[in-house]
Amino acid sequence: MMKAFLTTLLACAVSYAAAPILIQNATILTVTKGTYKGSVLIRDGKIAEVGEKVTAPAGATIVDGTGKYVMPGIIDCHSHIASDAINEGSVSVSSMVGIPDTINPDDIDIYRALAGGVTTANILHGSANSIGGKTIVLKMRWGKDAHDMIFQGALPGIKFALGENPKRAGNPTGQRINATLRYPATRMGVEDVIREAFQDAKIYQQEWKDYNAKVARGESAVPPRRDERLEPLVEVLEGKRLVHAHCYRQDEILMLLKVGDEFGFKIRTLQHVLEGYKVAKEIADHGTGASTFSDWWAYKLEAFDAIPYNAAIMTRKGVIVSLNSDDAQLMRHLNDEAAKTMKYGGLTEDEALALITINPAKQLMIDNKVGSIEVGKDADLAIYDEHPLSNYAKVDKVFIDGELYFDRDKDIAGRPAKEADKEKLLEKEKQMEQQRRPNGGTNRRPAE
Amino acid sequence: MKTCILAIAMSLPLLAGADDSFLIRGATVHPVTGPEIKDGSVLVRDGKIIGIGHNLSAPKGVRVIEAKGLHVYPGIIDSGTELGVSEIGAIRESVDTGELGTFNPQLRSEIAINPSSEHIPVTRANGITTVVVMPMGAGGGGRRGGGGGIINGQAALVHLDGWTWEEMEVQKSAAMAMRFPTIQSPFGRFGGGDPSELPPGFTRTTFTDQKKTYESQLRELREFFEEARRYQKAKETKAPGFKPDLKYEAMLPVLEGKVPVVAMGGHERAIRDAVKFADDEKVKLIIGEPRELGKMGPELKAKNIPAVLGPTLALPEHEDDGYDSAYSLPAEFYKAGVKFALGSFSNEFSRNLPYQAGTAVAFGLPKEEALKAITINAAQIWGVGDKLGSLEEGKWADLMVTDGDPLETKTQVKQVFIKGKTVDLENKHHRLYEKYLARP
Repeated sequence: MMKAFLTTLLACAVSYAAAPILIQNATILTVTKGTYKGSVLIRDGKIAEVGEKVTAPAGATIVDGTGKYVMPGIIDCHSHIASDAINEGSVSVSSMVGIPDTINPDDIDIYRALAGGVTTANILHGSANSIGGKTIVLKMRWGKDAHDMIFQGALPGIKFALGENPKRAGNPTGQRINATLRYPATRMGVEDVIREAFQDAKIYQQEWKDYNAKVARGESAVPPRRDERLEPLVEVLEGKRLVHAHCYRQDEILMLLKVGDEFGFKIRTLQHVLEGYKVAKEIADHGTGASTFSDWWAYKLEAFDAIPYNAAIMTRKGVIVSLNSDDAQLMRHLNDEAAKTMKYGGLTEDEALALITINPAKQLMIDNKVGSIEVGKDADLAIYDEHPLSNYAKVDKVFIDGELYFDRDKDIAGRPAKEADKEKLLEKEKQMEQQRRPNGGTNRRPAE
Repeated sequence: MKTCILAIAMSLPLLAGADDSFLIRGATVHPVTGPEIKDGSVLVRDGKIIGIGHNLSAPKGVRVIEAKGLHVYPGIIDSGTELGVSEIGAIRESVDTGELGTFNPQLRSEIAINPSSEHIPVTRANGITTVVVMPMGAGGGGRRGGGGGIINGQAALVHLDGWTWEEMEVQKSAAMAMRFPTIQSPFGRFGGGDPSELPPGFTRTTFTDQKKTYESQLRELREFFEEARRYQKAKETKAPGFKPDLKYEAMLPVLEGKVPVVAMGGHERAIRDAVKFADDEKVKLIIGEPRELGKMGPELKAKNIPAVLGPTLALPEHEDDGYDSAYSLPAEFYKAGVKFALGSFSNEFSRNLPYQAGTAVAFGLPKEEALKAITINAAQIWGVGDKLGSLEEGKWADLMVTDGDPLETKTQVKQVFIKGKTVDLENKHHRLYEKYLARP
């Protein structure tokens, strides 16, 4: 059923994007294979050919890239847009809930992110609890429905959170929404919550293993009771679900890496990880990725030792690093954020661009599909009018799967019509108000 | 006091190693108020620029700074910050931006500035030399926004250098900070829809409620000004029974037009109201952190009312605004002929002010105008255009030496001078960088 649906979907996409697109005479920032002046050919939603000279196939749409820069679509490894709910903070472990159930394809922030060159985003649950909800990777396919925004093939994730945020609900004097205190109130308690949960998950996993073994042996057995809270954690133990852990201080970062070692799972990404530079060696040794801010600091105590050199130090010490937004506004200029790592820590242009393209793709294990301009990858591309690491740059066009999802010229050309629509609606509203008034119109409703 | 400082300053060059006299040569000099000078020199004596041009020679004993391949710009001015009055946003004990009460003209942000704040060296390392510290009136010492304060106190213009706040002072009362009453549009994700979706503890006010609050606040504001005028008159005429009052006393420079009011507004309605208010009360007005210009351009231009724009890198105000409405707001003000400066309205992001200006260029603001918005325009708006904001003879030597365009992120700031004095560019971030990069 599902397969049939997908095939139909694929067929639709292919027929829609049938005409090849050739972007010509541009500076192509492949990120992984150098930078050159030339062309990119898009066919069937994929990058079909790249090079200094690419002959236009018959019927190809030509995009003139003279003076422009083409880079892979930006990937934001930490975002909360396109979701109707972020935090299920009433319990310390909320792994039974998830962002996949809350996708809102009408969120205007999707379009705004597109206009900032973003094509893929990791939509995370909030950081109110030690083990938060399930997460999902979306493509910014503005105009499509919730299902069609999902990045097919990307592994699902789960959010963890350490430090001040999960502690907050346990603080008797702090700002709390709930009237009652919720465990934990300390970093000690945060570790305990995570260890307890994985202890339970291990037992649950074993119950199923025993059951399945019995069934395989032909013995009669009663299946264990399904536990939707523990199932995602078993998936984590089995490497089928990626852990994205909100963290700040070096102590808690090290703690979580050790808890992972103890229970036999990997932390896929440390999120924020503002003191990651202090334990870069340990993070690198665990093969864990770090997804951080460029230069946010001092907004809370655990961010007071944050430095803008964080990404550069971790990169130099062998960590796969990405820059994320966690914010609908910051999301719109991650290219500017990447430039800061050249200033603070001296990363090269390619290293800086990797932080918002191929590195987050690696962290989300989708680098076989996106994150660089290479033949065979999805045609997710952003075209800028200046070098994207310049503050003078703005996005001209954005393609996802070879489809044009943002075009600045079209956006601007469409504004007068939108403005006129708005005026009409306002006029209509005024008329309706007039009719509602006691002395004007039909006086159908009593005055307020 | 001033003459005293001057006297000390004048005696300094006689001392060995006096720091505030030097010649920078071989650099591309960007005076901002004039065309750039290739292979140019800037001669500084006793903290002031005394020469600018080609081939200046160093007087005897004045040290020479070779700056071949580098650029010299005036120091950057951030026209709205919380620098020194807020250390860690979430920790109330470290935040002094907002006092309780509705009318607090007597409050002085200057005296609450912590000269040892970690933010100061971090910020000036990127060439920011002067900032406006703005009282925000959130109430209860919390963060700005949403508070009940209307007149929040005196904004100070300070140098990011000095052992004490007194030494940092440029203009102790640069403006009276006011949050102009307005009807807030529905806020954020709790703005519309079903009230039952509001999280516990959140409330939403209706338009009717907001309008009532707005009207009563506007009335209170007018009454407060009226009382201040009566006080002024009573004082002038030595009326019997006159008693000094700190609040009204602090209003006198505003009523006399010596200190402008910076009206933090937002929407077109607040701007229009503030302009009318300033007309009626005959006070000098600066529009603070507007989110839109609307149809107010011609009037602001005609009345010479300047604006301090907030961050360019901001979300559109309304869902149906163009995605780039905040990016292009500076260009809109420029095209309307309204003078403006830029402010970061933060502390931790003050260092990024030049990049806010850079983004404005991407969306239509001429590059030289972007630079003016963080230098000379700011100086003029805050009443110190004769002292700061450009490289001109007679001005203070607030300047920076860079390896490129300061509006571009990758550009490095090599040296910073405030009143001719070399500023230490070392800071918490760089210290931690060196320390942990070297971790075995």
